[in-house]
Formats: sequence, structure tokens, C-alpha cells
Amino acid sequence: MSLSAAGTPLLTAQSLGLVRGGRELFCELSVEVHGGQLWHIEGPNGAGKTSLLRILCGLSRYGFEGEVLRSVTPLYLGHQPAVKALLSPRENLQWHVSGEGLYRDERIDIALGRVGLCGYEDVPSHTLSAGQHRRVNLARLFLSSARLWLLDEPFTAIDQQGVNETQSLLASHVDGGGAVVMTSHQSLQVKCKVHTLSLRHGVIA
Amino acid sequence: MSAPHTGQFCVLLLRRQLLLAMRRPIDIANPLLFFTMVIVLFPLGLGPAPDKLASFAPGVLWITALLSNLLTSDAVFRSDFDDGSLEQLILAPQPLFLSALAYISAHWLTTGLLLALLSPVFALMLNLPGSALITLVVSLLLGTAVLSLLGGIGAALTVGLKRGGMLISLLILPLYMPVLIFGSAAVQAAVTGAPSGPYLAILGAMLSLAIALAPLAIAAGLRISIDA
Amino acid sequence: MWTFFHKLGSPPWLYAIAGVVLRWLLPITLIALVGGMIWGVLFTAPDFRQGNSYRIIYVHVPAAVVALAGYYVMAIAGAVSLIWRIKMADVVMKAAAPVGAALAFIALFTGAVWGKPTWGTWWVWDARITSMLILLFLYLGVIALYEAFDNKEAAGKACAVLSLVGMVNIPIIYKSVDWWYSLHQPASIKFTGESTIDPSMLYPLLLMIAAFYALFTCCLLMNMRAELLQRESRTQWVKKIAAKEGKR
Repeated sequence: MSLSAAGTPLLTAQSLGLVRGGRELFCELSVEVHGGQLWHIEGPNGAGKTSLLRILCGLSRYGFEGEVLRSVTPLYLGHQPAVKALLSPRENLQWHVSGEGLYRDERIDIALGRVGLCGYEDVPSHTLSAGQHRRVNLARLFLSSARLWLLDEPFTAIDQQGVNETQSLLASHVDGGGAVVMTSHQSLQVKCKVHTLSLRHGVIA
Repeated sequence: MSAPHTGQFCVLLLRRQLLLAMRRPIDIANPLLFFTMVIVLFPLGLGPAPDKLASFAPGVLWITALLSNLLTSDAVFRSDFDDGSLEQLILAPQPLFLSALAYISAHWLTTGLLLALLSPVFALMLNLPGSALITLVVSLLLGTAVLSLLGGIGAALTVGLKRGGMLISLLILPLYMPVLIFGSAAVQAAVTGAPSGPYLAILGAMLSLAIALAPLAIAAGLRISIDA
Repeated sequence: MWTFFHKLGSPPWLYAIAGVVLRWLLPITLIALVGGMIWGVLFTAPDFRQGNSYRIIYVHVPAAVVALAGYYVMAIAGAVSLIWRIKMADVVMKAAAPVGAALAFIALFTGAVWGKPTWGTWWVWDARITSMLILLFLYLGVIALYEAFDNKEAAGKACAVLSLVGMVNIPIIYKSVDWWYSLHQPASIKFTGESTIDPSMLYPLLLMIAAFYALFTCCLLMNMRAELLQRESRTQWVKKIAAKEGKR
């Protein structure tokens, strides 16, 4: 954890509060995310994990209290895989709307190989399973140069081996000075320190 | 790997939308087929008398073009909303209003442009004088671009709603009316031998205004819809 | 100045101040409406061409004028809501839409009633009537969009964008409809221009226009108060008011 807490935070949230349907999901929630940190947002269904992540990445811009400052452009992976059924996995990454980078074919093939989609590069995505769609989406983690990753349930519909590989990817991203904020119902088995943000009680453990 | 420039990104989006349209050609053909079939309804409803049809032709062609544009507007952002691509587009570092303009351009290229180019065939079926054909094509080229931009506003505002189809017509049809007035007037003028240039110029002015302002409204609408 | 804006954002304060304004404005509005009607109907000479039927302008014209102004009120409230993120501007916008739509409808209805004796038909595609019809559509679009959203905060923002788009378009629509009418104008229909109106008919008309503005404001404020109570129904200050009203 040599890089932790040094320099300006990648993401700062100040006294966030959210009320949905008359229920207070969280209030006075402040967090600073620095390079080299992995934050795990946990809590039961309906605790506001996804809402919090959407506030942090900037998709939710009103309806909550507090302020969010981002010093870098984050990479956000949401519930939906953003995979077009009409395009092949390779094209999906080539033509991605996230505006991150124009990737060369070799890099895309390597990334698809890393998520276990070797041999599926050029088949239409509508023939792939839901889990394979998620994997195409996860391949963006191998391509991206974003320092801050915001991941909403990245392990959904991914098999155990895929989960392990993704977790080691997260660990190496954090070791390289990046930061991860993620929600997951699974407990994380990663080789780095996990900061937990529990929405059950609105406290930071 | 640095993020692509705004211009590069817009071209990428445009090509992506066109590629997606080419992958499902029926989506391109549908509005054209719709246009054809509605045109056929008019002689059936109004009677086949050639001079009567000719006098109605400018209005009929324009209203039909407007309706087929309206029906396709709903789909501009719908599939990207459903599969999560729209979230990614909004988070992209490039300005959203230019990305929206790229989407609308793709929409126009696959609907309005083709419709305008095909319209002389149907104009002849409705007995429109040959002298008005060029005006018809030019007015449709300019006018459908305005319609696509206005339709994009409606699409952006209703993309998050389950039943957007009917609502979008209620929202944007009033906005379509000036385009209809000047578009059909241009063709009418050409039929009677009056100069149609001024009307086309007004359509061009509307297009300039729409290009300048509509993308901003579309971008605002998309951000609101994704947040709802 | 700044604290004033800050207070505008506070629902209980807005609710209270709207109540105070209403207490004074409502009686004044009613007196002006009744006075203007009596003046216009009983104390002006009949029109030499239209006889007594022209007197409907004392409702028709004010309703049309205020319906158009109401759209601008709504759109400006929408702009305030989008730019400064003042939630209360959403309330103003939400409250203005049905009032404006009702006024546009009144203008159309009285126009039709007026048209029957004047032109011998309930409906003519006159430029002003057509523009008013499109204005009504624009209002209905905003109302329909608001109702379609489950998340009322998003609904407010979406309606703000739509009403701003409408505001940019209204001059274009009005001009193009005017122009369209002049192109297709049938020779049999003559419209009496308002510029030729006699001063003795004009003054009660001006009074009625002012009264309709006041009426719009009253309806807007009452609507806003109702909307505020509904939105804030879980808060302490609303519960206090509810308790007080319950005792009465």
C-alpha cells in the first residue's frame, strides 16, 4: 500500500445523502478514494449501492445531497453490459461509445483472450450467452487506461474461474496505483487491502 | 492510449450507427415501405382522378414523409438505452451534444435522405408535375433533417419511458408543423410555377437553427432520461 | 437579495407567502373580473357589424393573451429550474401547465362560439385559432410528459427542457401559421383587426386582460400550494398545517 493516501484523491464525495421513496438510504456519507485503494460497497438489496455508484460516476446529477468531485475520468461498468447484439465482440470494443480510445485489433484480441472469449471474436454477439456478454464488457478493463474504476456487480453471471481472474485483475490494477470502487454481493478474495463501505448502517468500516 | 478527439469520436459514432443500421437492413426499409403504403392509401381514399391527386400531392407527400420520420424517431436512442450503451456515451469525455448530433446524422442518412431520393417515384404516381420534382427532393432533404433533429429531442426525453411511442408524437408533432407548412408550400409554389427558392431558404434557416440548438436539448434530455 | 432567492427555495416560506398574496389578490381579481364583465357587456355600444356577439372578446382575447404569456411563465420557470436547480421552479412550472392549457382551451372554445354567428361556422382555420390550437398541443405535451415519468424530479427536468424547446418554437410556429394563412386565405372571410377597435370597447378589454393575468396568478399560486403540500407531505411543516386544518 505504498501509494495510498498520497496526493490528490481521484474521487471525493462530501456528505452524500439520498432519500428514495421517503426512506433515507444513506446520509452524511463522505469518502475519499485515492490511487492504490479498493473500495467495496456492501449492503443488502435496496440499500442504495447502485444509486451510490451512479452518483459517484456522475450519471445521477440531482435528487441527492452533497457533492462529488472527480479528478480523473472514471471507467464505469453498470448492470447492463453495453454490448450490441448486432456486432461481434471485437466490433463491440472497436466501436465502443465510451469514447475512451481507439484500440488496435491486436490489443482487443488479447483482451478478449484474457476474458476467455478466444475464438469468439468474430461471431455475432446475439449468439453469445449473458455471461459472455458480461465478459465482453469486462474486457474493457484490460484495454482501459482509466485510473479509477467504478464497477457495479462485475461478477454477475460470471463463472467461478472468471471471478477469480477478475479479482486478480482488480488487485493488479490497485497495485499499479489505480483505484477501484465496486459493489458486490460476494466477499472479495483479493491480495490487497479492501476498504469496506457498508450501507447497512451508513458507516465506514 | 489517449481518448480520441471530439471530431474523431463523432465520426466513429456516425460510422457505428450506420454499421448497425446496415446489419439490420429491414430497419432502413421499413420507413420507406411505410411511406409507399401510406401514399397508396390516398388515391384509394380520395379517388383516382389525376388532377385532384395532383393538387393534393405536395401536402400528401410531405405529411407522409413527416409520419414515417416520426415513427422512426422513437428508435434513435432506444436500443442504446436498453443495453446500457447510453450510460457509457453520457460518461464519455467528449461533449454529449456533438455525439447526439452524430446519432441524428446517422438517423437522417438512413431515413430522410433515402426518402427524399425515392420521393420522385411516388410524386409521379400522384401525378405531381415533373417541374416540381427537384423542389420536392430539395425540400425533403432540408426538411427531414429538421424533423430528425426535432424528433431526436422527443426521443431523448422519452427514451427512459416504457410507453414512449405515443407520447413522442404528442410532444414533437406541434414542433413539426412549421416544417410541414414551408415544405409543402415550397412544392406547391413549384407546381404553380412560382419561385420556390424563398421557401427552401426558410427551410434552410430552420435547419441551421435546429442544428445549433436541438443537440443541446437532446443532450439535456438524454442526461435526464438516464437519471430517471 | 441572495437571502430572498434562498427563501424562494424553501417550501414552507413559499407556501406561506403564496397564501398572503392570495388573500389580497383573490378578492381583487374577482372584483376586476365581475367589474370588467359588467362594463363590457352592459355599458358598451354594440358593434355596428357584429351586433352584440362581439362581446365575447372580453373573455376570448384575455384568455388567448394570458394563455400565451402562461407558456412563457412555464418555460422561464423551467429554465430557472435547469440552470439554478431551484426545486421550487419545478413547482411553478408544474402548476402553470394546467392553468395555461385551460386558458388556451377557453380561448378556442369562445372563438368557436364567436365564429358561429360571425362566420356561420363553428370552426375556421384562421391563423390565430390555429396557433392557439398548436399552443394547446404544446401545453398538453408538457402535461403528458410530466405524467409519464414515475420519478417526479426527472419529470420536472424533462418538462423544463420541453417547455424551453417550445418557447423557442412558439415565435416560429406563430409566424409560419400567420404566413400559411395569408397564403391560403379564402376571400369570403374578413377578420376585423383589433387595431380598429373603438376606445370605449378597448378600456373594458384592457381591464379584462389585467383581470385574467391576475386570475392566472391566483390559479398558479393555489396550484403551487396544493403541489407543495403533496410533495412535502411527509415533512413536519405540512403535518402541522394538516393538524391545524383538521381542528377547524
